[in-house]
Amino acid sequence: MFRILDAKQLASDVKWFRIEAPLVAKHRKPGQFVIICLDETGERIPLTVADSDPEKGTIELIVKAIGKTTMVLCRKEKGDSIAHVMGPLGRPTDIEKVGHAVVVGGGVGTAVIYPLAQALREAGNYVSAITGGRTKDLVVLEEELEKVSDVVYATTDDGSYGFKGTVADKLVELLEDKERPIGAIYCAGPVPMMRAIAELTKPRGIKTIVSLNPIMVDGTGMCGGCRVTIGEETKFACVDGPEFDGHEVNFDELWDRLSAYHKQERVSLERMEHECELDAQ
Amino acid sequence: MALTPKERMKIQRQDMPEREPGVRNQDFKEVNVGFDLKLAQLEAERCIQCKEAKCIDDCPVEIDIPLFLEHIANGDLKSAAEVLLKDNALPGITGRVCPQEEQCEKVCVRGKGKGCPVAIGHLERFIADWARENLDEKFTPPEPTGYKVAIVGSGPAGLTTAGELTKKGHDVTVFEALHTPGGVLTYGIPEFRLPNEIIDAEVDRLRRMGVKIICNVVIGRTFTIDELMNEEGFHAVFVANGAGLPVFMNIPGENLKGVYSANEYLTRSNLMRAYRFPDYDTPIIHGEKAVVIGGGNTAMDSVRTAKRLGAKQATLVYRRSRAEMPARNEEIHHAEEEGIIFKLLCSPVRFLSSEDGWVCGCECIEMELGEPDASGRRRPVPIKGSEFIIECDLVVEAIGTGANPLLTSTTPDIELNRWGNIIVDEKGMTSKAGVFAGGDITRGGATVILAMGDGKKAAAAIDRYLCEKAAK
Ligand SMILES: Cc1cc2nc3c(=O)[nH]c(=O)nc-3n(C[C@H](O)[C@H](O)[C@H](O)COP(=O)(O)OP(=O)(O)OC[C@H]3O[C@@H](n4cnc5c(N)ncnc54)[C@H](O)[C@@H]3O)c2cc1C
Ligand SMILES: Cc1cc2nc3c(=O)[nH]c(=O)nc-3n(C[C@H](O)[C@H](O)[C@H](O)COP(=O)(O)OP(=O)(O)OC[C@H]3O[C@@H](n4cnc5c(N)ncnc54)[C@H](O)[C@@H]3O)c2cc1C
Ligand code: FES
Repeated sequence: MFRILDAKQLASDVKWFRIEAPLVAKHRKPGQFVIICLDETGERIPLTVADSDPEKGTIELIVKAIGKTTMVLCRKEKGDSIAHVMGPLGRPTDIEKVGHAVVVGGGVGTAVIYPLAQALREAGNYVSAITGGRTKDLVVLEEELEKVSDVVYATTDDGSYGFKGTVADKLVELLEDKERPIGAIYCAGPVPMMRAIAELTKPRGIKTIVSLNPIMVDGTGMCGGCRVTIGEETKFACVDGPEFDGHEVNFDELWDRLSAYHKQERVSLERMEHECELDAQ
Repeated sequence: MALTPKERMKIQRQDMPEREPGVRNQDFKEVNVGFDLKLAQLEAERCIQCKEAKCIDDCPVEIDIPLFLEHIANGDLKSAAEVLLKDNALPGITGRVCPQEEQCEKVCVRGKGKGCPVAIGHLERFIADWARENLDEKFTPPEPTGYKVAIVGSGPAGLTTAGELTKKGHDVTVFEALHTPGGVLTYGIPEFRLPNEIIDAEVDRLRRMGVKIICNVVIGRTFTIDELMNEEGFHAVFVANGAGLPVFMNIPGENLKGVYSANEYLTRSNLMRAYRFPDYDTPIIHGEKAVVIGGGNTAMDSVRTAKRLGAKQATLVYRRSRAEMPARNEEIHHAEEEGIIFKLLCSPVRFLSSEDGWVCGCECIEMELGEPDASGRRRPVPIKGSEFIIECDLVVEAIGTGANPLLTSTTPDIELNRWGNIIVDEKGMTSKAGVFAGGDITRGGATVILAMGDGKKAAAAIDRYLCEKAAK
């Protein structure tokens, strides 16, 4: 059992946790993730380690409630626990000094780029962070990003907050800024967003690292469920990634594979909501 | 009254009672029902108690087979259980999944000519099940040696080594990457062949003996082997991380939705219990028309799982003929009984896609058998122009597994062969001092009992290594 030492709501559907996981905390590097399983009937899902404290033996997770497992997790509070936390998994990000590093996060992806911003800044880069959502409520972690970046841009599609437009629109502005040329872009979020960013930067030849989010099971390279096509090659995101060269990723295939269980995901959700209603009665 | 050899020779081999094919292919309960005491005693009496028992030599863990059979024949189940458990820590498992027909039963004198060997496997299972329910074992901890041994992986190789070393007084910790111990036994082999409760009980017995098992630890990520030895104070390491890397066919359409590796398909169903979705959260795709590619145990397990998950048509596609199938006879036979369709002598060339990205067909080409290849089996050769399509909405590729590089890539001083398997000497030691290895990671995909045999051998070598260290 892995105890939740602290929990905090960051937005209506985003929650932050500090969890006791000393073995993970000891070895975790930015860019790595854990696989958690809430209880004996639960599913195994990957979550990025947002931060860790090897001395205290704790890790931090930022979770967006989008389906059954993440919703159940987001109802947990300080003092509750999680049955299994495995990791750290995946390859750590290659943190280099590139001068001006831009991190771009959409939705849950913001949780993924947060530790990258921190590590890139520590490595001496000037870090610009772009975090976006469809409307004001969906922009997350702006405050947290402020602490680890030099400048933060919040964007909303409907203009209800910050810059009106997508994160890609904001990135175009930064790309045009001759004063501060961009050394590299690190990006995580919905597939269409990552694809849009990669398409923007490819003709300009700017290094673009994307953090991919395929469906995973074991996280050790044993099942091949997380396979993605990079250039001509099949790679397993859990061990070869999750970060890849955005200009080589087959986004269409990834996007399509993510929809494999939509039907079952809906069944799980409806069942959970039904159970909650019963509980409330 | 002991029977004379002549009387023993007259007894016919007793069949394993099984559930009806048309009933069992609807659920995940065990196919084999097991012997009762009467059947077991009758079968055990068939053993003529050879002076030089070949069956013992052919058992990788060297169980004293004639002795445990004699105890069964005499109705002394407690003594039978003690004999069995002395050499085999996982008898409920091996009694169910060992290819006995290739080992102990192959050399049984009762099997000479037209005869049938003693059903050693069924009797092993009988005694293991009896022991689990009835045997009250007291484990007195041996004198501690003060040595710490780390075991990587909790499959049959790791568990066996852990048990043996604990008996010798070493302080043993098993590190397992997944959240449940057992290796392939837990994540691969379905419950209708090997119920999880059997694995749990046998693992639990090892825990009671003093073996520590820590799950959710990935060696190579959570710790490296060097860290285990230099920082965590382990004096020796046994690597038994299995052959957990799926091999894909590398043909077009492989990444369509509805195409799985057997490892993923079986892990979802067995480890994550997706067959009980939505009571369990992990989903799995149920095909109406399933195609499984391969001819080994893994392929049989996958295709029989697909049938149980509701496939109206579950087809096995194998590129050679039935005679060359590497799966155990019993499994092939059970699959046939359960209504699995066998498409032999053909191989997939590509998978076809529906408009929305789901697999909807498997294009195959027919094969004929040519000259024998390196494995001694006749090589399948494609017949030009013989392509045909099998309609399907689920494909499982079960064409083998390779060595997973996750651990070995972080330990460059462990020598590998060209397939990525760890090279060991006859004692099971790797090129790195104090690090031993065994099971599928050294052999490539093999069997449970060979992995256990490796584990036993390595345990003896590790014990010697530590004693020599003590003497210095
Ligand atoms: C390397 C990696 C790091 C991630 N980091 C974070 C993070 O820090 N914070 C966060 O909130 N989310 C993160 N995610 C996404 C998170 O894993 C999914 O949101 C979660 O699995 C959804 O599960 P669910 O049961 O709540 O929703 P479901 O209803 O089951 O699924 C919703 C969608 O999530 C995806 N998904 C479902 N199951 C899995 C699975 N087992 N593995 C991966 N994706 C799945 C699918 O696209 C699905 O359509 C990460 C994903 C990956 C691969
Ligand atoms: C579907 C299927 C059916 C089979 N049927 C039979 C059968 O009927 N009869 C038979 O004799 N054999 C059968 N086999 C083969 C048999 O299961 C294997 O030969 C045997 O399990 C090998 O044992 P092992 O201990 O070497 O490895 P495994 O059983 O593979 O166990 C290795 C363990 O190590 C863990 N691990 C891997 N990497 C790490 C790491 N870096 N850190 C920590 N832990 C790690 C894995 O999660 C796993 O639990 C079957 C195999 C499959 C896949
Ligand atoms: S999650 Fe199974 S191989 Fe990556």
